[in-house]
Amino acid sequence: MDKPTTNETWPDERGRFGDYGGRFVAETLMPPILELEAAYAEAKVDPAFQAELDYFMTHYVGRPSPLYFAERLTEHAAKETGSAAKIYFKRDELNHTGAHKINNCMGQLLLAKRMGKKRIIAETGAGQHGVATATVAARLGMECIVYMGATDIVRQKPNVFRMRLLGAEVRAVHSGTATLKDAMNEALRDWVTNVAETFYCIGTVAGPHPYPVMVRDFQAVIGHEAKAQIMEAEGRLPDALVACIGGGSNAMGLFHAFVPDTNVRLIGVEAAGRGVKSGLHAASLTGGTPGILHGNRTYLLQDENGQIADAHSISAGLDYPGIGPEHAWLHDKGRAEYVSATDDEALEHFQLCAKLEGILPALEPSHAIPRTLDIAKELGSDGLIIMNMCGRGDKDVFTIADALGEDIAAGTDG
Amino acid sequence: MSTRIEQIFAKGRPAFVAYIMGGDPDLATAQDVMNALPGAGVDIIELGFPFTDPMADGPVIEDAGIRARKAGTTLASVIGMARTFRETDQSTPIILMGYANPVYHMGYEAFSELASKAGVDGAIIVDLPPEEDGPLREAMDSKGMSLIRLATPTTDAKRLPKVVSGSSGFVYYVSMNGVTGGALASGGSVREQVARVKHASKLPVVVGFGVRTPERAAEIARDADGVVVGTAIVQALHQDGKDAALALVRSLSDATHTAK
Repeated sequence: MDKPTTNETWPDERGRFGDYGGRFVAETLMPPILELEAAYAEAKVDPAFQAELDYFMTHYVGRPSPLYFAERLTEHAAKETGSAAKIYFKRDELNHTGAHKINNCMGQLLLAKRMGKKRIIAETGAGQHGVATATVAARLGMECIVYMGATDIVRQKPNVFRMRLLGAEVRAVHSGTATLKDAMNEALRDWVTNVAETFYCIGTVAGPHPYPVMVRDFQAVIGHEAKAQIMEAEGRLPDALVACIGGGSNAMGLFHAFVPDTNVRLIGVEAAGRGVKSGLHAASLTGGTPGILHGNRTYLLQDENGQIADAHSISAGLDYPGIGPEHAWLHDKGRAEYVSATDDEALEHFQLCAKLEGILPALEPSHAIPRTLDIAKELGSDGLIIMNMCGRGDKDVFTIADALGEDIAAGTDG
Repeated sequence: MSTRIEQIFAKGRPAFVAYIMGGDPDLATAQDVMNALPGAGVDIIELGFPFTDPMADGPVIEDAGIRARKAGTTLASVIGMARTFRETDQSTPIILMGYANPVYHMGYEAFSELASKAGVDGAIIVDLPPEEDGPLREAMDSKGMSLIRLATPTTDAKRLPKVVSGSSGFVYYVSMNGVTGGALASGGSVREQVARVKHASKLPVVVGFGVRTPERAAEIARDADGVVVGTAIVQALHQDGKDAALALVRSLSDATHTAK
């Protein structure tokens, strides 16, 4: 009876997806979290809020995003085995700011406005959530502070500059591994210090309840659109959905509408870094165990004493030692499958996609491409797959040039 | 039979509570400091155990945790410090303080068993609010240990009774919104805030966060049942060594004890 067969009855009132989720925060943050939960519950059923969100999603974000038949990638997959499933991309990289992240920021910041909060804080890894938050904050006339690991600031320079152009203050975080998890620690410290006037815009389906469910709801537009679009294009539901997973927001956004459709396989691709066996990876479900971090109980990379282990991925957006609690639950229930792809596979398929489809994918969805090709070959020509192209790769060109041994720094092309 | 914690508050003077990070900079040094705390006037010892992601701590305590982890300190070895301490001191309460994941990873039952056998009296787990602390509370209750809850300036009138009702031993009032050592003491009286908590609970109320000097400790001790100092002691130990840290502890405990 605890099988996820409907998509509206969970999480429970304590924010639990089975054993996962919850509200593991300091007492100082409990009252604002309860306030947020109440405000979100009200907004969710308020037609005026929904109408305002719809307006911005259409005219500002640019939704719906297309569902695109990746014909040449499909042909490529069929070359080896003779037949392959049709691969569709859900083109969320075409959104304003270049990734799915803005779907959630639009929702949360309109909620912040409704709650009368004018100071927005956010954490960011790849910088896409930071850029999206800075963008919407600018549009709504709000102050915006983005916490970003010092390591990520180096590897995502274009996005750092973009955030500053948008009027946000980017604060470098040097503690710990100086990546996404440390940025989240610092954002939580800011929140606990400036709790009355601050709205914390979390970028993924993790954190204390209600964030995992709220972010999922704001991202669920991806799957709802995809479902209608594939019915129109093919007259049936797909056999499989594939999406990359760091915290898991783009995957949950695509999966959510399809969870009750048990014939549709849900496949999440974690970052295997230099290989899950190498220990240098970010695959929390494949290589982690349950624990408590950043407000929720979920699968974490940790050592035998409950200390959080360092994650590794070439993709800053996937470089996180945890995963959203709903994914942990779907994993344990066997409703979704979780696989992984290495840094090298992502790099190789980034280039393949660029050359075959004329699309520069972000390094994050580049992880989903090799597993999409595997499934396409496995299903054969009768099959149908939707892969979430959740971000574009312009932000990654420096990292990719570096990995390929090319110097594209400014001033060297004269 | 009253508990060690009850015996401290029965003395009728404000209690001085000192926080140190277990295993900082290594287990042997931290053990020396811990063993010397009662002699410097400390009534209750808060013994921190390190965690990689201390979201409620400022840089001083975070760095102490990094030093402790580099020296190989774990939750189990910090509990080992308590065990060693009990060989020579049977009266000073020991409260473990830290984050949920190391405790969860050890298992709430196993933690309670190990800690109670080592002579630990209670625990403060920063990221286990009342909504989430039930399973650990049951496990600790069954071993006669106290799970001490935090009340904060954001804990409103509606929520306060719920928060304090599940606390045992004492209530830890966090005097400001922020991280440990993160801001200077705001100054002024905490009388109204302490009275608010006392109105909701019969337990002693101990005040911490943002207390660094004997003057401020005395000011708070006039209104509260106890004062906690952590960051200033951890910083003194790191920068100036054990003797300087114990001298600071002595001045803080004297100021606290003679405040009323």
